[in-house]
Amino acid sequence: MYVTVKGGERAIENAHAWLGEERRGDPQIAAVSPAQIREQLSLAVHRVMAEGSLYDSDLAALAIKQARGDLIEAIFLIRAYRTTLPRLGPSVPVDTARMHCERRISATFREVPGGQVLGPTFDYTHWLVDFQLAADGEAPPAPTADPVPEATPHVTGFLNREGLIEEAPPSDAAPPDLTREPLEFPALRLQALTRSDEGFSLGMAYSTQRGHARTHAFVGELRIGAVTVEMEIPELGFAIEIAEITLTESETVNQFQGSKTKPAQFTRGYALVFGQSERKSISMALVDRALRWEELGEDNLGAPAQNAEFVLSHADSIQATGFLEHIKLPHYVDFQSELELLRKLRRAAGAAPRQEAAE
Amino acid sequence: MLDETLTVYDRKSWLSLLATARAGRAKALLDPLEIPVDFTWLRRPEIGSVMIRGRAGGTGAPFNLGEATVTRCSLKLAGDTVGHGYVQGRAKADAQTAALIDALMQTPAAETLTPRLPDVLRSEQKERRHKRASKAAATKVDFFTMAPGEG
Amino acid sequence: MQTPSLQGGFAEPAREAAMVFRDIMTAMARPGQIETVAPGLGIAPLSDAAAAVVLTLCDADTKLYLTPRHDTEALRRWIAFHTGVPLTGPQEADFALGAWDDLTPLNRFRPGTADYPDQSATLIVECEALDPQGAMLSGPGIQSTTELSLPEVKAFRRNAQQFPLGLDFIFTAGVQLAAPPRSTKVT
Repeated sequence: MYVTVKGGERAIENAHAWLGEERRGDPQIAAVSPAQIREQLSLAVHRVMAEGSLYDSDLAALAIKQARGDLIEAIFLIRAYRTTLPRLGPSVPVDTARMHCERRISATFREVPGGQVLGPTFDYTHWLVDFQLAADGEAPPAPTADPVPEATPHVTGFLNREGLIEEAPPSDAAPPDLTREPLEFPALRLQALTRSDEGFSLGMAYSTQRGHARTHAFVGELRIGAVTVEMEIPELGFAIEIAEITLTESETVNQFQGSKTKPAQFTRGYALVFGQSERKSISMALVDRALRWEELGEDNLGAPAQNAEFVLSHADSIQATGFLEHIKLPHYVDFQSELELLRKLRRAAGAAPRQEAAE
Repeated sequence: MLDETLTVYDRKSWLSLLATARAGRAKALLDPLEIPVDFTWLRRPEIGSVMIRGRAGGTGAPFNLGEATVTRCSLKLAGDTVGHGYVQGRAKADAQTAALIDALMQTPAAETLTPRLPDVLRSEQKERRHKRASKAAATKVDFFTMAPGEG
Repeated sequence: MQTPSLQGGFAEPAREAAMVFRDIMTAMARPGQIETVAPGLGIAPLSDAAAAVVLTLCDADTKLYLTPRHDTEALRRWIAFHTGVPLTGPQEADFALGAWDDLTPLNRFRPGTADYPDQSATLIVECEALDPQGAMLSGPGIQSTTELSLPEVKAFRRNAQQFPLGLDFIFTAGVQLAAPPRSTKVT
């Protein structure tokens, strides 16, 4: 139960003023601009866009600054801002086969058409702190090579041709939207996972790797790059390219022994995430696959990652943090009633009256 | 006004280039041309969102991926030509410039504009993509198999 | 492209839509009460009140059914430009627009489901005039009884019997609107 209490106004105002000062930090040190955050902390910006579910890098950078680098707080700001925007309409589904790939790797096929392209990856760094960055942030220009104009088809496409992997049946039905409709499973699985908390998805995905749900996965393909977004403009009567965005797409190839209803073949987990968000994307693909046990006729092993209600209802960082953090707000009346109840119970049980608890 | 059925492709491509051009770029290209414009608003610039969709498995059923900010407006030139501006991000001035250019491209001014605007934006877009593609190409792995006993 | 089909609409969408939304809410909360909107929003054959309702409630996330007499090229363009609402048939419609005779029979429209009674259709009924006399209304939001010129009585009685399922109605004429919801008893 909540009761309105007056009297904290001045304290709140002063707390906000101090928050502003703490956000600024030492005034002797130059203030960071949203453009600097956008350019130099771009992976934090990408995470805020992905989990905030709004692609706008300037806005995400500003939110990170306002939130003093607390990314969940920044995501909260983006989600709140998002609700103020009129929805102009849906896009045409993006065609990731036409991505301008900046990174594209396959753990299953070495000689993949289009090649293995490492892109700006941390993978082969030595995880040694680079003290040079403390002195000077300038980087020499990266080497270039002539790009070979060739298609980079999806890896699962090859397996598809041999019938070795399940197909993703094409459809053009308008999907439900969890920002507008109640979360009904499993139609909203991919939307819920793509905006889910990275840490939660990672933990869930890791649990499947350690044996909970047994969906032994390979990364069939991971690709990162820019795709154009087309939207039908009602007053024009045709679609135009409305945006260019960076996406990370993962497809896992999973062993599948076959079931009562399906022959032995590979199955797939799918992920598509805003920005360069590799860890999140692979996690999403693993969780996506684990959640599909019922559709594939697998056994329910009772693994947490197989439980759609559990995963999808607890994956959202803003829902979680909102409910979690509200318990620190005044609950004086609830607590008083519990205190009263406890005293009554103790009296009824004949407990010796001792000193009353401080109120 | 040009025949709409003949110009759908072109109009689509200049609107697309304007939508994804860098902030302020179209205005910087339009202003020096000093084309006199007199317009009235049909829809003042407004910031909204578009829900971006993906497909399950890359090719399957559509799902909602998340939104992106978009700014749009519509205006009418003195000669009754209608221009629509749609641009990525929160950019009212850019949307206005895009709508003006969209309208002008449907008038005889298109002849002057084409080499100075859509052409320039297209080559800049190509350049931007080529730069990143070249860096990606340099990180492509060349596999070679070592003969037994080597390494 | 015909410019006239783009004219009208809200000059300040956020403010004006909020005001019309308030009018619609009041009309629904006080069934039978007639509200007045600003003139000059729509194009023929739409009344200003119907135009205000469409501009305020319809968008790309809803679906609108235009009855044949309202399904004109000019109106389609106007609706597309100002709202972006996709047009659909009566069975899938969230909103339907037309004269009473064109909207009946009402069983073509969705009355909602037991789990989600809100997922029902709202009919925007264009009328010649709205008068505070005619059918007798009673129920939530009405002190005792009130009167409103409704096109008939039987259809509303049937609709109220389905409660909590059922259709909602917004009657429009000129700049006026009234909106007795499904909870109103009509006699």
